Amino acid sequence: MTITLLFVFVLAGFVGYFVITRVPPLLHTPLMSATNAISGISLVGSLVLAGANRGNLATLLGFIAVTAATINVVGGFLITDRMLKMFKQKLPGGAAGADGAAKAVTGGNGAAPRGETP
Amino acid sequence: MLALLQLPETAASGPALDLREAGIQLTYLAAGVLFILGLYSLTKPARAQRGMQLAAVGMLLAVIGTLLHKDIVRFEWIIGGLLLGTAIGYPLGMFVPMTAMPQRIAISHMFGALAATLVGVAEYQLHAGGPPHATMAALGFEVMFGALTITGSFMAFGKLQGFITGTPITWRGQNAINLTLFAATFGIFAYLVASPGHPVLFYAMVAMSLAIGVLMVLPIGGADMPVVVSLLNSYAGLAASATGFAIGNTVLIVCGALDGASGFLLSVLMSKAMNRSFGNVLFGAFGAAPTASAAAAGAESRTVRSVTAEDVAVQLAYAREVIVVPGYGMAVAQCQHQVRELASQVEKRGGTVKYAIHPVAGRMPGHMNVLLAEANVAYDRLYDLEEINDQFEQADVVLVIGANDVVNPAAKSDPSSPIYGMPILNVDAAQSIVVLKRSMAAGYSGVENELFYHDRCAMLFGDAKSSLQQLITDIKEV
Repeated sequence: MTITLLFVFVLAGFVGYFVITRVPPLLHTPLMSATNAISGISLVGSLVLAGANRGNLATLLGFIAVTAATINVVGGFLITDRMLKMFKQKLPGGAAGADGAAKAVTGGNGAAPRGETP
Repeated sequence: MLALLQLPETAASGPALDLREAGIQLTYLAAGVLFILGLYSLTKPARAQRGMQLAAVGMLLAVIGTLLHKDIVRFEWIIGGLLLGTAIGYPLGMFVPMTAMPQRIAISHMFGALAATLVGVAEYQLHAGGPPHATMAALGFEVMFGALTITGSFMAFGKLQGFITGTPITWRGQNAINLTLFAATFGIFAYLVASPGHPVLFYAMVAMSLAIGVLMVLPIGGADMPVVVSLLNSYAGLAASATGFAIGNTVLIVCGALDGASGFLLSVLMSKAMNRSFGNVLFGAFGAAPTASAAAAGAESRTVRSVTAEDVAVQLAYAREVIVVPGYGMAVAQCQHQVRELASQVEKRGGTVKYAIHPVAGRMPGHMNVLLAEANVAYDRLYDLEEINDQFEQADVVLVIGANDVVNPAAKSDPSSPIYGMPILNVDAAQSIVVLKRSMAAGYSGVENELFYHDRCAMLFGDAKSSLQQLITDIKEV
């Protein structure tokens, strides 16, 4: 099991390395905020901790972890979107139209986990 | 999508657990693919926004998939955390100004690392008598990387925000103390892997990692922040990856690896751009001893040429080629909009304006690009160091706005200078150089700048924003 996970880790690292080498310096700040948003994936581990019946301490730690990771995810994706919108508008004629779609998707991202109430 | 379709099925029948597990894994796979595509989209500015929106959908899928997990039986704390996190995260994403981007990203790393660390601590607690050796190894990496990223990011945030001094804080034997602490922490870690059932040692390891985070960032100066922020980005990713190993979750491992690779690559690029090794940035305490040789070089006896905004406006009005060199000062003065307005005035008169972006200008990778993009500067006007360096010869006027070390010729000519060997922008090749600067204070590296005494260099003293405003008014009257 652990070896399989190691495979996943190493291969994902390679893919990451080769994809990110091609990102131009122009977009290094959005890259950083994008990877930051993605690293909010700790949310996945936090959710299980907060939702499973493993005692009060685990639930409390889980709750704080879910909060912290959600800040990371919501804030991270929103600000990445804000930045990338600025870079997109630089193309002649390519500015309009995309705005509405951007708001719809990111707004959905923030709101949807809440909609997942049982 | 698959997970959504399976929801009624798994909820209805108990034995369909495998199907549920497969559904979860498929949402993770989809999330992983979308994240990679999202990062790949960052190779093209025009496609990037779309790609990252897909990545956000990936995150949503991963969250929905996780909520199907069989262990999750209560939702009140989950919903509470999601709501609270959204309430705090939304303003952090929507209302923070672009000039505050470095500190915002630093503090965001802290939140991600905090989540990973807490999950690690809870996992350790849940294994009465200590977890298995392999799990302990993963948990150890998780809390070590996590804890040092928490405090390190907070320190970086403090330095960038300005409530902790940006000058390096050093003391005698600092590196020795840090290395000892680091070795001791790793020793405890190794011991715990061999014999996991020692909670006291575990928490000692967490506390020591928190201390390492503080001590690691204290001696690092403002100008080295791009490397530190990148490095913390990498550590936050590695902590997430280790979480994945500890709880056997592939999507955590994939994301953490992507993040770790990205942060590592950026730190290497930044170090290279300063011609310094990783170790030198972390342990070198740039400008710690304020380089007596440079200070004693008799700088006071020489004079610089100061000009009025009116003179500069005339130069700019008749210039054909203008190159703007922005630096951290532009972010501090928040004058990127004025820069762009002045540029359009020059262009109106038939000149061309280019922007020369040094890789370490500002406080994080790509800092200047984001500010100029915010001010609606077309990105085909922004040039990297290699692209623009031989174009300075043709430039009539170079405007240096709030940049210092990245244009310091000492990097090429003075082997005793702490920035010797760092690739710089060759602004001294231009016909005329105008430096917008508040005073004659040295840059963050604490090094005197020879450029200011150059024959063709003139200083326009004052706050960059008001200087630029004056230039805009004056150029309209020329």
